[in-house]
Amino acid sequence: MGKEYELRLYVAGKTAKSVTALNNLKKYCEEHLKGKYSIEVIDLLVQPQLAEGDQILAIPTLVKKVPEPVRKIIGDLSNEEKVLVGLDIRPKK
Amino acid sequence: MPSKKAPFPPKQPMHQLPKTPTGITGLDEITMGGLPTGRPTLVCGSAGCGKTLMSIEFIVRGAIEFNEPGVFIAFEEKAEELATNVASLGFDLNELQQQKKIKIDYIHVDRSEIEETGEYDLEGLFIRLNYAIDSIGAKRVVLDTIESLFSGLTNQSILRAELRRLFQWLKNKGVTAIITGERGEKTLTRQGLEEYVSDCVILLDHRIINQISTRRLRVVKYRGTTHGTNEYPFLIDEDGISVLPVTSLKLDKPVSSDRFPSGIPALDKMLSKGGFFRGSSILVSGTAGTGKTSMAASFCNEACLRGEKCLFFAFEESPAQIIRNMRSIGIDLQKHVDKGLLKFYASRPTLHGLEMHLVAIHKAIKNFKPDMVVVDPITNLITIGSVSDVKSMLVRLIDFLQEEQISVIFTALTLNLVVNEQTDEGVSSLVDAWLLIRDIELNGERNRGLYIMKSRGMKHSNQVREFVISDDGLDLIDVYIGPDGILTGSAREAQVLMEETGQVLHTHAVDFKDRELLRKRKVLESRIESLKSEFESTEAELNKTYIEDAIKKDVLQQNREKLSNLRGKSFYDIDTTKSKNKKSKK
Repeated sequence: MGKEYELRLYVAGKTAKSVTALNNLKKYCEEHLKGKYSIEVIDLLVQPQLAEGDQILAIPTLVKKVPEPVRKIIGDLSNEEKVLVGLDIRPKK
Repeated sequence: MPSKKAPFPPKQPMHQLPKTPTGITGLDEITMGGLPTGRPTLVCGSAGCGKTLMSIEFIVRGAIEFNEPGVFIAFEEKAEELATNVASLGFDLNELQQQKKIKIDYIHVDRSEIEETGEYDLEGLFIRLNYAIDSIGAKRVVLDTIESLFSGLTNQSILRAELRRLFQWLKNKGVTAIITGERGEKTLTRQGLEEYVSDCVILLDHRIINQISTRRLRVVKYRGTTHGTNEYPFLIDEDGISVLPVTSLKLDKPVSSDRFPSGIPALDKMLSKGGFFRGSSILVSGTAGTGKTSMAASFCNEACLRGEKCLFFAFEESPAQIIRNMRSIGIDLQKHVDKGLLKFYASRPTLHGLEMHLVAIHKAIKNFKPDMVVVDPITNLITIGSVSDVKSMLVRLIDFLQEEQISVIFTALTLNLVVNEQTDEGVSSLVDAWLLIRDIELNGERNRGLYIMKSRGMKHSNQVREFVISDDGLDLIDVYIGPDGILTGSAREAQVLMEETGQVLHTHAVDFKDRELLRKRKVLESRIESLKSEFESTEAELNKTYIEDAIKKDVLQQNREKLSNLRGKSFYDIDTTKSKNKKSKK
């Protein structure tokens, strides 16, 4: 991939929360990380075995694999501030 | 969803709640069959009380003994850690995982890694669980400890809603589940899980009284079925968990009229039936050093010689010590140990609480299946419990042993002479036979006197016997009862010697008289002999005169006839006168 930000979004089917989360995520990335990111959406209903690897409990969960440290953000990502802090785009206040 | 019910014992009628046996010793008895099939059960308790162990045993036993695969979701320990922790119990989790009999899934919740923003649900957990269950066709599920979620996630309302959904989902899935929870301040669990899991709640407890810990288990609730309600002690050892379903209150034990000898023939003779009943309990009590252990060892030895198995619970001495000491009185226990007929189980009373001792004793008995059990001594148990505790423990032990038709010998130390007629630990009313060994102090020496205080179901001697321990073993000797009272020990010996001396003197005197008599008889006899001969000689003399007279007369007659013949008939008158004269002469 070679991108600066590798993001994975775990969802379970096309629920309202998942769709909201994905839309929110795309919006933030376009705003702050244009061209530096890749998003991989994993549907656990299709690939349940992948849930173990990233220790997924909650749905939806956004996992930032790169850059280190690995961070998880759960929820529909409606709070932009928290997402940006969680992705280490903006320093914690 | 496939909702296959686990097989349950066929003895249960269909309308009853189906139950899934746990395979944990004793727990299935208390719950009358096991945990509710297809429903979640809450196991709660404070830290270190054995929640995880109980749940892992549930999974492993299910996989091995009941062929029901299980999923273990660990929130606290990693799979490898868990495998290492239970390896000491002989559970090989890795191998079971490879055989697809169990699956361990470690779910890690780390708050520092997680940021929450907005709405979410725990579908991920459901998916993982579902995947794990389906991948091995699991019938049993453990969630240990689901409360970790509360520390990892902050949104309580979502969590609670999701947990409710989770338990419902587990029920729909038809798996028998154990959910563990940490004990809270006032509630059963810190997060109030009992609200959600209401079918069966088991509380584990780890209490320390007088520095001795006892683990206890209680079925707080079990919807739709009867269950034991008491607190039951349980033991965690190398075989996992054993719960003791104690205190059966019924008194309908089988009884045997078979008798067994004690190994001391003289003791058997004191009993009208020549021994004790099989399956009875015998108490041997006495002050220090009266030979209680020796007596118990003698029972043991005799049982082993008959080819019976014997289990010796030693709370005071080590096995090696007992074997050495008994060798000195001619009882070789080592050969029985070598043959596997005798087994020692030695532990310090303070090792664990009374209940735990009871559990341990139960376990040892169940494993070894002895015909006779020795508990030496029960008095040491008093150090870890009150008299009433010890008594209740012994009641249960006797109960259990009677059910199994195992004879038991208890030894008890009577602490001082004042109370020795009193019951020892209050058990004398429970036991079937009671032998009391007492010190008899006389003339500056102590001797042992043995009484049979009671022996149910048979007549017994009411006399005291002197209990003698010698190189050849144990023996009972009739005490000497004489004008000076009861004599024992060397006083008895002296008395016996004295009597022997008297006997010898007496015999001597009698002998002397006999000889005197004999002599007199001889003298008299010789006198009679001489008188006899005197009489004979007198008689002979008298006879001689008679014969001479007769001969003289004959000769005169003959002479006269000759003369008359010579003179012819003329002399006839003369002859007649002469003969007339002769006749008058006569």
